[in-house]
Amino acid sequence: MPHLSNGAPDPAILARREEILRQLAKLVPAPGLIVDQEGRRTFETDALTAYRCLPLAVVLPSTTEEVSKVLRFCHQKSIKVVPRGAGTSLCGGALPLEDAIVLGLSRMTRVLAVDETNRVARVEAGITNIAISQAVASQGFFYAPDPSSQLACTLGGNIGTNAGGARCLKYGVTVNNVQALRIVLMDGEIIDIGGDHLDAPGYDFLPLIIGSEGQLGIVTEATVRLIKMPEGSRPMLLGFDSSQAAGACVAGIIAAGIVPVAIEFMDKPAIHVCDNFAHAGYPLDVEALLIVEVEGSEDEIVALLDTIAEIAERYVPHVMHVSQSEAESARIWKGRKAAFGAIGQISDYYCMDGVIPLSKLPEALLDVGRICKRYHFEVANIFHAGDGNLHPLILYNANDPVELERAELCGAEILKRCVELGGCLTGEHGVGIEKRDLMPLQFSPADLAQQMRVKSVFDPGWLLNPAKVFPLEGRTLT
Amino acid sequence: MTGNLRLGFHAPDSTAELAHLVAEAADTRTPIEVRGRGSKHEVGRPVQAGSVVSTERLAEITFYEPTELVVSALAGTPVVEVEHLLAEHGQQLAFEPVDLGPALGGKPGQASVGGVLATNFSGSRRILAGAARDHVLGVRGVNGRGEAFKSGGRVMKNVTGYDLSRALAGSWGTLAVMTEITLKVLPAPKETRTLLCFGLTDATAVEAMCLAVGTPFEVSGTAHVQEPLAKRFSEQDVVKARASVTAIRIENFPGAARHRTSRLKEKLAAYAPSVELDTERSRRFWSEVKSLKMFQGSERPLWRISIAPSRAAKLVGIIARTLDIRTVYDWSGGLVWLETELTSDAGAVEIRRTLAEFGGHATLIRAEPGTRASLDVFQPLDPPLMALSAKLKAAFDPVGILNPGRMYPGI
Repeated sequence: MPHLSNGAPDPAILARREEILRQLAKLVPAPGLIVDQEGRRTFETDALTAYRCLPLAVVLPSTTEEVSKVLRFCHQKSIKVVPRGAGTSLCGGALPLEDAIVLGLSRMTRVLAVDETNRVARVEAGITNIAISQAVASQGFFYAPDPSSQLACTLGGNIGTNAGGARCLKYGVTVNNVQALRIVLMDGEIIDIGGDHLDAPGYDFLPLIIGSEGQLGIVTEATVRLIKMPEGSRPMLLGFDSSQAAGACVAGIIAAGIVPVAIEFMDKPAIHVCDNFAHAGYPLDVEALLIVEVEGSEDEIVALLDTIAEIAERYVPHVMHVSQSEAESARIWKGRKAAFGAIGQISDYYCMDGVIPLSKLPEALLDVGRICKRYHFEVANIFHAGDGNLHPLILYNANDPVELERAELCGAEILKRCVELGGCLTGEHGVGIEKRDLMPLQFSPADLAQQMRVKSVFDPGWLLNPAKVFPLEGRTLT
Repeated sequence: MTGNLRLGFHAPDSTAELAHLVAEAADTRTPIEVRGRGSKHEVGRPVQAGSVVSTERLAEITFYEPTELVVSALAGTPVVEVEHLLAEHGQQLAFEPVDLGPALGGKPGQASVGGVLATNFSGSRRILAGAARDHVLGVRGVNGRGEAFKSGGRVMKNVTGYDLSRALAGSWGTLAVMTEITLKVLPAPKETRTLLCFGLTDATAVEAMCLAVGTPFEVSGTAHVQEPLAKRFSEQDVVKARASVTAIRIENFPGAARHRTSRLKEKLAAYAPSVELDTERSRRFWSEVKSLKMFQGSERPLWRISIAPSRAAKLVGIIARTLDIRTVYDWSGGLVWLETELTSDAGAVEIRRTLAEFGGHATLIRAEPGTRASLDVFQPLDPPLMALSAKLKAAFDPVGILNPGRMYPGI
């Protein structure tokens, strides 16, 4: 049995379910309110599928005002609310509670304004990540954060987890790319933070809200920065006989003053699975593969890739190959972006998201391998090497409860090791329910208390996504 | 065990001692002025406090790993020391911290790392690289209860818990006393080129700057300086022009910088870029922008306005109808430095009234203490945001002892 608890539901709320549903029906028109069991079943879990829970109801508002009305009502009645974007959370961030409603933003997907001069777009928070870039592509712009789930995941969810992606080595993560938010607080108040200007007038609330996993308010609109597309871009593949050599090569590239758009790493098991899935043309006889992408004009790309190749030579690469065509570049990236799905086809997996300082990369990989071996699991490593964000995928059988529990223990041990090496529990997936009880590994009681006091500023009753991020025991509520 | 906090100046040499002092102040509800090295002491609302707690003796670069692009320093470390160390390794603080000291009548290079983050004043490269707050990876500090806490860490990506580190950026010491800061650093460009256009009106210059930053050439600085201020640069081509100057900067590897500059020149042909500065001249020019050379040696009030670039020139035009002003635009027009005549309110009423129509916000950077005490130095916030700000302050500093009133009354 999965060991993480949602906490005991409030029997008084469960007893009043029918009345609550009647009230909600007055606030949100029929297609936006799901009460039947089958409908709610769709929302019982997210991408951390080991955990499931049927909520009281699912509310899908279509305006900020509807969100406000629902939250005000829930606030008055002390009903918990679990926000949800597309449900792609890998940490159980959108896992419902039995005594909570799920508030989803899937009907708020519009692009409200594109401002080329000031290079911003205002969008509703339920829009998918990729749809933002698609909406501004004809004007030559894109939205930079690009999590692997970008076809499905929503901007609102990205804001909740301060999502990154492959390109964030150069372009930063969500917090670096959002200029303004419209947010509804738990008591229904609608607040605008930021604007089409670049910095905050008083306190900067954006970084508090971005990455707060839906615990401070519901973001309904955002103004995002648009980046002009580069003249061109191209990946190269560098294959090495050891992870150590690949890690040293990454450090060598950065030490030379080059910050590529992306440096992605795959180990042998990951290379094989991804190549089999996407026919990406990866070398199959290497222990570690780097995908290094650079941008610029044709001459700049050639010059940068030449320099990177010179650096890589020092670490004796087994394979060095520059993409020869747009089609090949697309295949190379398809293999990487589809990695989680590809591995999902051969096995269930438990995806970790620890971060380590770059200099500890070889040590961390050895430790990940050692820990998984001790738990008798195969592991595939795929990660953003430029910023030390590891994604070990622990391969296990999800239908075996004993294996699941063992996988969770194994994962926790990997994350503990990441913290010991000077890193952190999660780089871009969030804490959610999954890593909630590990927070004391990284933070002292005083550190956590200060964060929890901030939660109470926005949501004094702890009604918004309350079972996440902070251990259930010993919470500082005021 | 805590006693009474002595009045006067305290410069603890350890975080533990600093926490102890703050705890004493909290116990006795004694307000304290939180200070780094004091270079921006003359900015903001004057703090009414009998005691000063300075981080100036917490001065040490505690960690630097060039291959990880990370540096950590105690809060009182002079930011120039960090910049020098990074430069030795071909790296830099990409947000280009503004050196306000000289424009406030002080010496250059006095700012502390903590002060740079606490004010979040970023330089011209902000349009490409982000603000000071975007480069913060972790912070250690002491809250208004006297409790030491940390947030973030030393890795590039981190969503473990709330991002208190970045939220402390721009909080002017009113939430916590920062004691150690970890920043992301980036490689310094090998080559810098600057295109100069002369005699453009404000509106045309902003148009040119927005066009430039909307290209794929990664323009890393844009500034437009009105004619009476332009002659203060030491670049002789600017002085000789006797006209407004509009500067556009490209930084990259040498080949790429040259290629991009020539492509950009074609794009900007309508604005007649007539001078191209090489790396050395570019660096001198932009270091003068960074230290606001245009406004040094003056005591006239100086405002810093943040606005959408497309509305900047019009805003300035309207303010100029009633106030005698001199203006510098940075961030492709998104940042307006505005020097006004000496009036009793430093032009606050007119500036804020005009801003209300345009959106954006204004901070009074330079003015007499009496003026700063009597008006809103920082942009007044909408009531809901003000209420939230007061609650956030209380979450860090429940008895209100850290820089009380520095930003807003009660905050």
